[in-house]
Amino acid sequence: MQSSLTEPRSAAPGSGGPPPAVGPPPRRSSGRAWEWSLAALLLLPNLVLLIVFTYRPLLDNIRLSFTDWNISSPIANPVGLANYVEWFGRDDTKVIVRNTLVFTVATVGISMALGLGLALLLDQRLKGRNLVRSVVFAPFVISGAAIGIAFQFVFDPRFGLVNDLLARIGVQSPDFYQQPGWALFMVTFTYIWKNLGYTFVIYLAALQGRRADLDEAAEIDGASAWTRFRRVLMPQLRPTTFFLSITVLLSSVQVFDIINVMTRGGPQGNGTATLVYQVYQETFVNQRAGYGATVATVMFVILLAVTVVQVRFMDRGKQS
Amino acid sequence: MSTSTTVGSTGPVGGTDEERTGGTQAPGRRRRRQQAHNVEASSHHRGPAWTVAGYVGMALIVLVVAVPLFWILVTSFKERGDIYVRPAKWWPDPATGQNYSELTTRIPFFDYVRNSVIITSATSIAKIVLGVISAYALSLLRFPGRSVVFLVVIAALMVPNQITVISNYALVAQWGWRNTYQGIIIPLAGVAFGTFLMRNQFLNLPGEIIEAARLDGAGPLKLLWRVVMPMSWPTLVAFALITVVNEWNEYLWPFLMSDDESTAPLPVGLTFLQNNDGVTNWGPVMAGTILAMLPILVLFLLLQRQMIKGLTAGAVKS
Repeated sequence: MQSSLTEPRSAAPGSGGPPPAVGPPPRRSSGRAWEWSLAALLLLPNLVLLIVFTYRPLLDNIRLSFTDWNISSPIANPVGLANYVEWFGRDDTKVIVRNTLVFTVATVGISMALGLGLALLLDQRLKGRNLVRSVVFAPFVISGAAIGIAFQFVFDPRFGLVNDLLARIGVQSPDFYQQPGWALFMVTFTYIWKNLGYTFVIYLAALQGRRADLDEAAEIDGASAWTRFRRVLMPQLRPTTFFLSITVLLSSVQVFDIINVMTRGGPQGNGTATLVYQVYQETFVNQRAGYGATVATVMFVILLAVTVVQVRFMDRGKQS
Repeated sequence: MSTSTTVGSTGPVGGTDEERTGGTQAPGRRRRRQQAHNVEASSHHRGPAWTVAGYVGMALIVLVVAVPLFWILVTSFKERGDIYVRPAKWWPDPATGQNYSELTTRIPFFDYVRNSVIITSATSIAKIVLGVISAYALSLLRFPGRSVVFLVVIAALMVPNQITVISNYALVAQWGWRNTYQGIIIPLAGVAFGTFLMRNQFLNLPGEIIEAARLDGAGPLKLLWRVVMPMSWPTLVAFALITVVNEWNEYLWPFLMSDDESTAPLPVGLTFLQNNDGVTNWGPVMAGTILAMLPILVLFLLLQRQMIKGLTAGAVKS
């Protein structure tokens, strides 16, 4: 990644020895200033949008986290570290951090493991696998809000699908609406159901690009299926696993639509509230934008730290 | 519809000659040459038990995905009384379109559809145009600070929307843009991923064709439109599809920006429907979710190869 950022030329990967990369235009003296201004013209709209709506608010958010701003008033009084002190001391913080951890670890772990398993399965020569591939991927393109609303009824404790299936084997359905643990299970399941197609498709692409001969050679040498999986396949999938661990983590932590439509962060106040939901709730429902900004800042710092650790971990793995 | 070539088309399928000789840890065995057939053939070595397990696995995953969708669809055609019975009915008997007509009378459903279409198309067009011209400048024009600009663009991928909403909300509200289309569209229009995707595509184009066009006196815009774009359609289509799907499904920002049917897109409108009654009347709600899912699912079934290509391209490159 790093090299492709600083050296644009090397970012053009050519698997089959492609023609040389695009060079500079031949006329250097006359066209240069003109070329610069054209580049500026083409880049400016996008850069302005990214700066105004991505980078500016990122910094502004940090400033707001040191104020008592209420989102509607023009005045925001500085309060120093009061919001941070409050966040670290409050009881609901523990619950929300725990919910976020449980949800994230479960969604990242399960969707990556299942995605890999399904990719291995559907990489085999089985009849109808193309259809099954489409079926697995389809939920990923559907709106999270629509899925969340529909799955609320799927999990309806009295008339839902899950209740009906459980009743057929004589099991009483848990109350997914009222019990915080089961509500968290419900949103986690729904999220994985929707997003499994993504990890699946990325792993499948990686599997199709792997080297068959290594596996064959190991098989001839008498390596067991498990050894081949662990020692031959997994090292080859390492870059993909790394890429997925970051992208899936980032999108899991950010989930808002499913939680908002299914539980509104409840039951019992914050049964399924995550950090992102807390940002929304404090800012727009409780009108404490300063405190909401504090939660957002904490979240960003955590995400940044986790990503840095992941990148480090990956680099170390590469060297050894 | 064949997906088998789909995913593979983004990367080399199986082992190419180059790769086979270039490995460091390959335990070089004499029969390697004969072994160098396609990956997928390896399943032939496995016994029938594996094959049976494979089909069982396929059946299971299809059930897990399809049964809830089937359930939602069936519910949307049930009469109200049939939804609330135990044990549940797995077929609408009698089937009725009443939930669908109720959906259009109880909420301004077509207003939400209109808003979704306007917001999705405007945002997508803006993103596609901005992505293409940014990528063009970052790949085929030379200017000082090019790599820094590129870094600024793609580092935006690391900033979650959820962290920027507070400040953006304040700014847009201050401009008086709440409940307007531009208030929803413009803050979403900056494009990082698409720029990255298109730039990679442009850098992979054969340099001599571009040189030749330049020597023929093609100006930069003609070069983009006549030479670069025609060679880049597949990537552009992939980028466009991902963008359309994402914008159609966008939730948080329009949810904060819209209070009613004047600007709220479909996913937000469905939330209003859900709120309307204390006890949710599931029939029309299910009909609404089916209608919200349908356009994207149809698009997906028609163009899944291109869509998957766009998603995997980002992954394979890094």
